[in-house]
Parts: sequence; C-alpha cells; structure tokens
Amino acid sequence: MGIIQKSQIKSPWILHFCNSSCNGCDIEVLACLTPLYDVERFGLVNMGNPKHADVLVVTGPVNYRTARVLKNLYNQIPDPKMVIAVGACASTGGVFHNCYNILGGVDKVLPVDVYVPGCAARPEAIIDGVVLALQKLSKAVGVAK
Amino acid sequence: MSDQVLNQVLIAIIAIIVAPFIGGLLAGIDRKLTARLQGRYGPPILQPFYDFFKLLGKSKIATTRTQFIWLISYLVFMITCLVFLVLQQDLLLLVFLLGFAGISFVLAGFSTKSPYSHFGANRELMQILSYEPILLLFALAVYAQNGSFMISTIMENSTPLLASLWPVFIAVLVALTIKMRKSPFDIATSHHGHQELVKGIMTEISGPYYALVTLTEWYELVLVLGLIALFWSNPLWVGILIALAAFILELLIDNINARLTGGLMVRICWAAALVLCVLNILYIYFMRGVA
Repeated sequence: MGIIQKSQIKSPWILHFCNSSCNGCDIEVLACLTPLYDVERFGLVNMGNPKHADVLVVTGPVNYRTARVLKNLYNQIPDPKMVIAVGACASTGGVFHNCYNILGGVDKVLPVDVYVPGCAARPEAIIDGVVLALQKLSKAVGVAK
Repeated sequence: MSDQVLNQVLIAIIAIIVAPFIGGLLAGIDRKLTARLQGRYGPPILQPFYDFFKLLGKSKIATTRTQFIWLISYLVFMITCLVFLVLQQDLLLLVFLLGFAGISFVLAGFSTKSPYSHFGANRELMQILSYEPILLLFALAVYAQNGSFMISTIMENSTPLLASLWPVFIAVLVALTIKMRKSPFDIATSHHGHQELVKGIMTEISGPYYALVTLTEWYELVLVLGLIALFWSNPLWVGILIALAAFILELLIDNINARLTGGLMVRICWAAALVLCVLNILYIYFMRGVA
C-alpha cells in the first residue's frame, strides 16, 4: 500500500456528462457540490476537463448521437478511472426504454462500475454511489480489505 | 572559503526540499479557508498532497513531447529563482529568470494543437505583460533605495523597505494576485474547479505532468511570498508575517471578486500599479536630489 494508492481514493475528481437526460439528475449532481452536501470534504472536485478527471458521472439514457461523445470522453480520461451511472435512465434507459433513438443504459456503451438508481437520484444516493466507487477503486488498486 | 560554499549548497538543498511542503500546506489552507468563506466544511488541509500523489499515479497521456520539456524547464527555472532568493543573490537576475519561467509555461501551452490550450497560453502572455513590469520596477526601486540589486544588501539594511517603498508594495500585491492565479485576475487558468475555456492553459496537461505543474506552483507561491517578505527583512519574522497576511488577503479578495476580462486586467495593472511604482522611484531620486 503505497502513498499513491492511498491518495487515489482520497482525491477523486469527477467529470459530469449529461446524455439525453431530463436534467433532473444533473441538478441533483450539482446539488452535491453546494454547501449543504459539500462533497469537496472528501476531495471531490467537479472538473470540466476529461484529461483531469478520475470518475465519469453520467446521467440520462444513451442515444445514438451521444454514444460517440461518451466513448470519446471515456477514452480521454487517464487510468485508473471509474464510471458511475446516475439515475434510472442512465442505469437501464428508464422511461425512455425502447424509444427509437435510445440505445439504453450507459452500460450499453461503457463498463459501468456503480449504478445509482432513482428518478431523480437523491444527492445522498449519489454520494453513496461515489463512496461505493471509491471502495471498488481501492480494491482495484489493492489498498483495502 | 570552502566551508562557506558548503554552507550555501546546504541552504539551497534545504530550501529546495522544504519549499514544496510549505507551498502545499499553504494551498491546503487556501482550499480550507475558501470553503469556510463559502459556508462549506472543506477538504482536509493535506488535500493538495493527496491530489499531487494521485496525479503522479495516473497514466501518462502526452500530446507532444515538447510540452514535457517546457514544463520541466518551467520547474527548473522556478527552482533556480528560489535558490537565488535563499542565497541572497541579484534581485534583477531573479526577476529575469522568473520571466523566463513564465515564458516556458506559455510555450508548453502553445506546443499542443488544442485551441483551448492556445487561448490559455495567450491569456497567460497577457498576465505576464501585466505583472512583469511591476516586478522589474520593484527591482529598480530597490536599487534606487539601496544602490544595489543584491538581496544580501536588503537583508543587511536595518530600516525596512516598506517605509520608503510602500507604493511598490501595493503594486507587488497586485502582482501576487496574478501569480497566484486568483480572482479577479485568474484569466489563464484557475483553481477550485472553475471551468472556463475548459481549463485554459492546463487543458492538455494531465496526469504526472499536471503534478509537475502543481509542484512548480508551490515553488512559485513560496518564491513570491519570499519576495514580499523582503519588504521587512530585518527582523525577517515580521516580513514572513506580512507575507502570510498578504496571502490571507489574497484569499479574501479571491472570494469576493468575480473574474475580470484580460484587457481590463492589463489596464488596471498599468494604470494603477505601474504608476505607483514609477512615482515611488521618482520620489526617491527627487528626495536624494534635494538632500
């Protein structure tokens, strides 16, 4: 357990991407950054740049237009990286399931690590999801348990 | 004679090792204090170190090899500046080296093909255009006061520089805001996850290279605060207290200000800070002429 592995679970920088969501989950994701929930106390910072991010937070179902963008963003994130699907739509397609333009959940395109259900997902659930992702990351890099 | 040389080498090595720890801690205090000012709990004080080591562990995505070389030279020139400061060498040469360090960073931004990176590099050039004359006139004002560019002369002088150079001090505070990349002058890139033009000049710098830039910024912070401490160098602890007070003041200014446009930044710096410097130097020579 080196200092780098220890630091990796203490400073996850998130990249927030909205597919074709109704923006309900996006508002909840941004609510996590407000003084009430303040995820920065865990070291989380919302990055606007995929090259600086560690965790890709995706909301909304994947459609044919955004699939390409999503893959591109995922490929630009340096390893080790995690993907969190936030909301019912990002997890399975939700109410948009079987629409003519919808591929389905994020897992149709990317390997998803954590699913956060809910419509819209509550900020507490999103924070739980990030913590779960960090536990998974710590197992992957060999820090924990 | 060789004892003295050994002593100086030792001082330089200690400064190179200790400076990043001080810079990182100051960055941690920055993030904590900013969070408290915004009514948040904030990350732990050691958060910048976690970020630094995490970035070291990320995989390398280099767009060009040239960029890496310029980033290394940015770090090396910054360390050289710090060594110049702790060994009490020539202030004018220090300012020139600092200028070249800044230019290396700009060239790192220009060496990729990303338009965001180019935008950031152009804006960084604008920042250099704003603060570089202030630092240069600071060195000239020190010369006008002491008759020497050597920092060792400043250290020997019993009357503090602040007494006669307080207008220059105000101008250097403006330069500190630009150097720390704080609002209202954070136009090239900024901290705290602000997003404008993706990440400005930092857009194409990722993983271990980002860690390298973070390290350089810590050296830079310590260096600029050290330059401010020179204003009250005898006794030095007063100067260090003044530098820390200036640091806290910058954080306050950062949190109560929005970002200005680049043109406005250059205008404010030249119209206010530069005029203060020039008037200060003219006044010193005028008083000497009268006496």
